[in-house]
Amino acid sequence: MDKHNIHAPESHGSHGGSMKSYVIGFLFSIILTIIPLVVVMNDMLNKTATTVLILLMAVLQFLVQLIFFMHIRDEEKPRFNLMALIFGLVILLTIVAGSIWIMTYNTVAS
Amino acid sequence: MLDKLKEFASEFFVTGDPLILGAQVSIGLSLVAIIFALTFFKKWKWLWTEWLTSVDHKKIGIMYIIASLLMLFRGGVDALLMRMQLAAPQLEFLNAEHYNAIFTTHGVIMILFMAMPLMFGLFNIVVPLQIGARDVAFPFLNSLSFWMFFFGAMLFNVSFIIGGSPDAGWLAYPPLSELSGSPGLGQDFYIWGIQISGIGSLATGINFIVTILKMRAPGMKLMQMPMFIWSVLSSCITIIFAFPILTVTLFLLFLDRYLGAHFFTLDGGGNPMMYINLIWMWGHPEVYIVILPAFGIFSEVVSTFSKKKLFGYKSMVFALMSISFFSFFTWAHHFFTMGSGADVNAFFAITTMLIAIPTGVKVFNWLFTMYRGRITFSTPMMWAVAFIPCFVVGGMTGVMLSVAPADFQFHNSYFLIAHFHQVLIGGVVFGYFAGLYYWWPKMFGFRLHEGLGKWAFWFWNIGFYVCFMPQYALGLDGMTRRVNTYDFDMGWQPLNVISTVGAFLMGLAFIFQVWQIAHSIKFYKKEKDGDAWDGRTLEWSIPSPAPLYNFARLPQVRSQDDWWEEKQRKAKGEPAKPLAPLEPIHMPKNSGIPFIMSACWFTAGFGFVWDWKWMIVLGLGGVVVCMLARSFSYDTDYYIPVDEIERTEAALRGTK
Amino acid sequence: MAQAINKPAAGSHGGHGAGHGGRHEEHHDQEAMKTFGFWLFLITDVILFGTLFATFVVLRLNTDGGPTGAELIELNGIIISTFILLTSSFTSGVSVLEMNKGSKRGLILWLAITALLGAAFIYLEVAEFMHLVHEGATIGTSAYWSAFFTLVGTHGLHVTVGLVWMVALMLQLSRRGITPVTKRKVGIISLYWHFLDVVWIFVFTIVYLMGVM
Repeated sequence: MDKHNIHAPESHGSHGGSMKSYVIGFLFSIILTIIPLVVVMNDMLNKTATTVLILLMAVLQFLVQLIFFMHIRDEEKPRFNLMALIFGLVILLTIVAGSIWIMTYNTVAS
Repeated sequence: MLDKLKEFASEFFVTGDPLILGAQVSIGLSLVAIIFALTFFKKWKWLWTEWLTSVDHKKIGIMYIIASLLMLFRGGVDALLMRMQLAAPQLEFLNAEHYNAIFTTHGVIMILFMAMPLMFGLFNIVVPLQIGARDVAFPFLNSLSFWMFFFGAMLFNVSFIIGGSPDAGWLAYPPLSELSGSPGLGQDFYIWGIQISGIGSLATGINFIVTILKMRAPGMKLMQMPMFIWSVLSSCITIIFAFPILTVTLFLLFLDRYLGAHFFTLDGGGNPMMYINLIWMWGHPEVYIVILPAFGIFSEVVSTFSKKKLFGYKSMVFALMSISFFSFFTWAHHFFTMGSGADVNAFFAITTMLIAIPTGVKVFNWLFTMYRGRITFSTPMMWAVAFIPCFVVGGMTGVMLSVAPADFQFHNSYFLIAHFHQVLIGGVVFGYFAGLYYWWPKMFGFRLHEGLGKWAFWFWNIGFYVCFMPQYALGLDGMTRRVNTYDFDMGWQPLNVISTVGAFLMGLAFIFQVWQIAHSIKFYKKEKDGDAWDGRTLEWSIPSPAPLYNFARLPQVRSQDDWWEEKQRKAKGEPAKPLAPLEPIHMPKNSGIPFIMSACWFTAGFGFVWDWKWMIVLGLGGVVVCMLARSFSYDTDYYIPVDEIERTEAALRGTK
Repeated sequence: MAQAINKPAAGSHGGHGAGHGGRHEEHHDQEAMKTFGFWLFLITDVILFGTLFATFVVLRLNTDGGPTGAELIELNGIIISTFILLTSSFTSGVSVLEMNKGSKRGLILWLAITALLGAAFIYLEVAEFMHLVHEGATIGTSAYWSAFFTLVGTHGLHVTVGLVWMVALMLQLSRRGITPVTKRKVGIISLYWHFLDVVWIFVFTIVYLMGVM
């Protein structure tokens, strides 16, 4: 196809990126998977600390995929993709945290 | 062989009730009549090419509206049957099982198969026209959405003649809705009917967000969009975040029933309360999904019929968007009595009261728009004006219900019934009627008879108050919802009789509306000017009904209420905008895939209901084939050449 | 009705959109719009999985006296499938790079590698489920196992759909080459694939790692 399309600056979340960014992202995601594995398999920390740590690693890995693989930063303004994602994550947290909160104190059935 | 067939038929069809037998016979006869008429007048091909395969947003919108009015009829008959049963103590007009089935189907149909499609119908017809676009973002998906809704609704509706109606309430709380509580097939029809149409709703949500954000006419900034567009945007945002929750919740209930899972069962560690928690995470946003577009309609109508710019545009936008956000944080007020402790109840009581604030803001905006305006009381405006006091009272009783300690008294009483009917009829139904009357000339190119419309209006309004005001009192007197009868010594009869009279007044109002439509068709008078109400927004700048491509030239928008400003400039004698040369218009081709694919979903759903494996495989296989067929087809669009556009435009405008 | 004019540039959609600056802009807008629509679909999928996660977390202790996750889950197989899926996310990215270079062969090759890795992941998942069923944990065993199989299975189903889709796309690519339409299709399937990887990271963390802790 013509040049314009291939090097279009407005890469909508999927066309951009370079080999370098993919390799960096891949390495990061491997490291961020190994850390929680090692911590959990060897019982290195107490339960609360482990939980916090591995959830943190998962969130970081999510960000890595978002930035290095999905190129969320390349989006041009207005950033509707990012806005939709943030709103979605807020609702996601509401569903999970809200359910846990409500169901934990639920005294009718268990 | 014959005995086997008989046995099968007695299981397959619902038998033993004269009312249902009557319905079965009349449905059978009308089907035969329709098939005969289509064959006799040789209309099958026309039906298929012009309607069933159409991807034109205007036709899809009309099909949505026809379907929703049919559903309004069925839901309304359900309501009248219930009111008849309750008119006197100890009546045996409907037995308890039948009564349960009827209040369940009434609720599901009115919310999901009446309000939602009426809303989608208006979205479809109005949104592209108001933003100056030629179709929605994804016309094929739009057609798929409609057919998914339609077949889902049909799957739900056949249950009362085939297999048995669901009877566990409109939200089907477990454990009653589990296999142990509802061993019949009705609950499975419920799950699959809603599931299939829910997928369609989700797709519509995505479609219209993209349409609004990406397809506005050149020059139209976000803050210049008509208020109805803002309301559609906020409603669709709410749809895409709420409907996946419904999908999952129903799916889990399905797994419980079909595969013996233990999500919401009483045994096996399941927790029925989790279902209630999840379903209301969808259910509460859902009521805002249907009310938000009504707010948009009122804004358009009030502004047009007051001949004034909408008061407080920015505050209105802010109110709509904040409602769509905060609607996700109030769900637990539906189950204060579940016993999640004071902290949870206090939090959700406060969020519920907070969300009343942006709603109140809007009422003042409409009032100030009317203030010192040149008001004409045409039918759309009458509905808008009637809505305000009705919705204010409904909102106030809502705030009463939001007080968690008080809710322990109101919960599941007729007070609640009166409250939500007041916001849903007074808000949603009045709103959509206003929209229907307002945009009717744009849809069909003729006006509805005003006089009959006013009769319908007054019957609806008086009937509404006569029906529901007594129910507040009944609730406070201790009458609970979903009771099929009551004793003589409760003292509830007088108010119940009044309420029943009110319900029948609304039934009469519906007849007036049907009459109004029939009368207006019979005395058809072409509405020559596309601008029926001296409107303000782009849809009034083109002929009625709009041509296939809507706009021969895409409008160049300079301001809010652009068409109004344009007319003002013209009146002052300023030169009109120079006309750009016509270009060939790119249009999507019609496709039969959406219809066939939805029919396959229907087949699969029906198979799941009866647990007929071959039918499930057939249906789901068909779905996969349809998806692949679509993926492999690259020839999906065509151009309308310039000379054809010229001819069409000349024919449409030449008579003027 | 107008006769159809098939444009030689395969599937130049659009035109019923806001596109009005020549045909090239038109289909660019159209494809960008589809990508945005797909992104919104992914957000709805986030909510779908969020609801499943919420259910799993709420019901995680409800084993009804039956087997627990910690007793039956074998982490080794899961670790392998995790790395397989991570790698496939990377390879699907490489296929997009190949596409941007204009190499049709490279694109199809790397898509095929991605699909093979995905198939390996599904194979391991099916093997794990069969092992669990053999050990006496089915979807009807207890609320915990209902939630477990539904959450993990829904992810597996998404991967399977992705596989079918990928094969279909490879066929289309080999027939039609790299066009704006196939480019968009590759773009959205790679988004989908990265998204499934992210979901798996949370399944891995919350279901498996926290389950055996």
